[in-house]
Amino acid sequence: MSTTLLLAQLLNGLQYGVLLFLLAAGLTLVFGIMSFVNLAHGSLYMVGAYAGALSYDATGSFALALLAAMAAALVIGMLMELTIVSRLYRRDHLDHVLATFGLVMFFNELVRIIWGPQPLFVQVPEALGGTVKLLGLNYPAYRFAIIVVGLVVAVLAQLVIHKTRLGMLIRAGAQHPQMVSALGVNIGLLNAVLFGLGAMLAGLAGAMAGPVLSVQSGMGESVLIATLVVIVIGGVGSIKGALYASLIVGLVDTFGRVLLPVWLRQVAERSLADAAGPALASMSVYVLMALVLALRPQGLFPVRRN
Amino acid sequence: MAAALSTDRLVMRYGALLVTDDVSLDVRPGELHAIIGPNGAGKTTLINQLSGELAPRSGTVRFDGQDVTRLRVDQRARAGLLRSYQITSIFEEFTVLENATLSALAAAGHPWRFWQPLLASKAAVGAAQEALALAGLAELGHVPAGELAYGQRRQLELAMTLAARPSLLLLDEPMAGMSPQESRAVTQLLSQLKRRYTIVLVEHDMDAVFSLADRISVLVYGKLMFTGTPDEIREHPEVRAVYLGEEAVHGDAQRHS
Amino acid sequence: MFPTSLRVSAALPLALLAALAVVPFVADMAGQPFWLSFFARILIYAIAASALNLALGFGGLVSFGHALFLGLGSYAVALPAAHGFAQGWLHLLVVLGGCGLVALLVGAVSLRTTGMAFIMITLAFAQMGYFLFVSLKAYGGDDGLAVSQTSRFFSVDLGAVRPLYVVAWLVLALVTWWMTHLRASAFGMALRGTRQNARRVQAMGMQPQQIKLVAYVLSGVMCGVAGMLLANMNAYVSPSTLAWTVSGDLIVMVVLGGMGSVYGPLLGALVFLGLEEVLKGYTEHWMVVMGPLIVLMALLGRGGLVGLMQRLDERMATALKTRMAGSSANLDTRAPVSATLPAQDKPGEAAWQPR
Repeated sequence: MSTTLLLAQLLNGLQYGVLLFLLAAGLTLVFGIMSFVNLAHGSLYMVGAYAGALSYDATGSFALALLAAMAAALVIGMLMELTIVSRLYRRDHLDHVLATFGLVMFFNELVRIIWGPQPLFVQVPEALGGTVKLLGLNYPAYRFAIIVVGLVVAVLAQLVIHKTRLGMLIRAGAQHPQMVSALGVNIGLLNAVLFGLGAMLAGLAGAMAGPVLSVQSGMGESVLIATLVVIVIGGVGSIKGALYASLIVGLVDTFGRVLLPVWLRQVAERSLADAAGPALASMSVYVLMALVLALRPQGLFPVRRN
Repeated sequence: MAAALSTDRLVMRYGALLVTDDVSLDVRPGELHAIIGPNGAGKTTLINQLSGELAPRSGTVRFDGQDVTRLRVDQRARAGLLRSYQITSIFEEFTVLENATLSALAAAGHPWRFWQPLLASKAAVGAAQEALALAGLAELGHVPAGELAYGQRRQLELAMTLAARPSLLLLDEPMAGMSPQESRAVTQLLSQLKRRYTIVLVEHDMDAVFSLADRISVLVYGKLMFTGTPDEIREHPEVRAVYLGEEAVHGDAQRHS
Repeated sequence: MFPTSLRVSAALPLALLAALAVVPFVADMAGQPFWLSFFARILIYAIAASALNLALGFGGLVSFGHALFLGLGSYAVALPAAHGFAQGWLHLLVVLGGCGLVALLVGAVSLRTTGMAFIMITLAFAQMGYFLFVSLKAYGGDDGLAVSQTSRFFSVDLGAVRPLYVVAWLVLALVTWWMTHLRASAFGMALRGTRQNARRVQAMGMQPQQIKLVAYVLSGVMCGVAGMLLANMNAYVSPSTLAWTVSGDLIVMVVLGGMGSVYGPLLGALVFLGLEEVLKGYTEHWMVVMGPLIVLMALLGRGGLVGLMQRLDERMATALKTRMAGSSANLDTRAPVSATLPAQDKPGEAAWQPR
């Protein structure tokens, strides 16, 4: 495999990983601090994708579309939190699973009712329609932009976590949620803020994914499950873990899909390789997760909990 | 006479904090050996190492002559080394009898029966009823454990440990949170159990400790300071200092070896 | 003593089971063959829900991946069938062996985690299964595979809906009967104890991990049997059986019926699938109604239908006692079962009587 092809796949892996990070960052905090299993996070991603697609269509400005997506996801997320999620914090994980499962069903069907089951087509914004030259490779500018945005968010997240009061509360909450509450912090407000931030990031990811992935009912679930894998590998509650794990998962998945069939064809006869290749490729991240859980159940970069 | 339970240079630390400092303890068969010490002395940590819930950094634990340091909690339990918990740990949804019977079965039998009711195994139920009677809960067998009063829950805690037919009991503050009457009842129970089992008792209730114990070990900052009979402990100047404060000590404060 | 035969929580489910037994005759007389396949599907999902109930209700293992076993069970019929094997016993063997092995491996890895991680890893394993079957183009892939040879046991062909219905009913009845006993058995109590207080279980001398793994394997195998029946009923298998939504549906059925109860799974499957059918009659977008209903169910708490019936029983018992004892009622002075105790997790029949 040539180096340019390898580089292209590397960048694709990073791009996918960065999208996963945007989803994982918010979700891992909700998991870690509020101990809330939010399966509906994928629905917020979908809301962002639809809101972004529609606003882009209506205004022609992709930047505006991104803002609209974040706003829509924030509003829906806050509604979710205020009416349903906040009532369930003290309950069992099972109740979280059930409630958010019901929400996913609802949102998927609602989207189908309004926009039908066919995917929405989103144009790549003209300004990013070209390619960028990287080490001899012509890489799609839009995908590169996603990587850049994602890394910017990662840096911002680091700053917030380590340099602001909110970040301190987040770090404290991840390590010892009950103590934060006992210290007089308005835990309800903190939870709502965190949920909202996560929703916005999910919406952003959805809007950015629009031109590269398909925008349709149910799009949230496949990416949600990959996000869950990221969180488990990285360590629940750990943003650092979410970052590294999402990049790892993005790369493993991308390279798995590209390289595994090739390798298999070299070691096994063609029909077997053609049959097993895609299967193993799509399973590669789950195998990775199973390995991590078997060897290091707390994740690769776990938060030090009390 | 070989010790029923002994430790050899047990060390446990959390980072730089030395919680168990080179503790070599021995408990004679049939005796009631109390472990006392101020709060934070590391008593529960020591018990956790004796029961197997915590692995020491170094040192060994021997039970009936066997090195059990590497054995898990359930393995030690099946060998007869059982503990009760300071914070009541029972099965809230099961009845009192079910709690005790499960305990009896776990130690003496096995849970791999998928049809016959648990309460149909006569041996386990018999052992359970004996233990419940001993602990004063004979009348309450059919009551869901979650509905018991606090004192009764502590009794059940004890009964479950007894039902498992132990040879050595590790009792972690059995009288925690009890009223004086309840404590007296438990003290009476323990005096009845004294010759039947070897007992290691961690307690704060000094009346109970001094009336029950054959020997007492004093733990201070993770270090075993002194082991002796209740009388020896009462007279020991350093023990008095630890509990009563320096001013109350008369005479010189020379170390006893 | 309060006559147990009057208890709604025992009488109603048994009545329903009996009613289900006569569906074939009623369907015949009414000339509605659709009823037979509709209720057969309910029976099959009731079996699958019972299987999940063992792991989830008794054991507290929130498995979001039981669709894996449902799917494996169905493919365990379709794959041998595709190669010409129609013997029911062979299919059954493949189901038991395949699901057992997979459950052992998946369980061993998954049970190294708890809480949220366990939920997610079971989900991920089911996804692995889903993608595996999607990618098996030789066996239909995404389009699924017709079952060319349905399971044949002696002269009974499960491909025909009537024998399938009878077998499914018998399996459900057997499973339910077994659950009644399992719940109060040594293993059942140890498992339920593990859910309540695993630390104590270990301190007593048992190994919670072992117990959970055995429960998980039993659960997976039972679910596989349901899958086998499903494959025969539809004469068709598809990766969509392994979709995570199916796992979610199973959890809903278990919780709706009443977690950890014996009859809960049957009630849950009946109400869930029945409701789905009713809603489908009104709109193809029935999920937009079902979703919020599920959310509501989650918000309202977990007694489920069995819990509801048990509360009804208690009210009836108290009312009966007052009437029987007269005005100087010697009411049971025990505190009523508190809201924190899952009402249905009491012994189904009084397992121990004071001598």
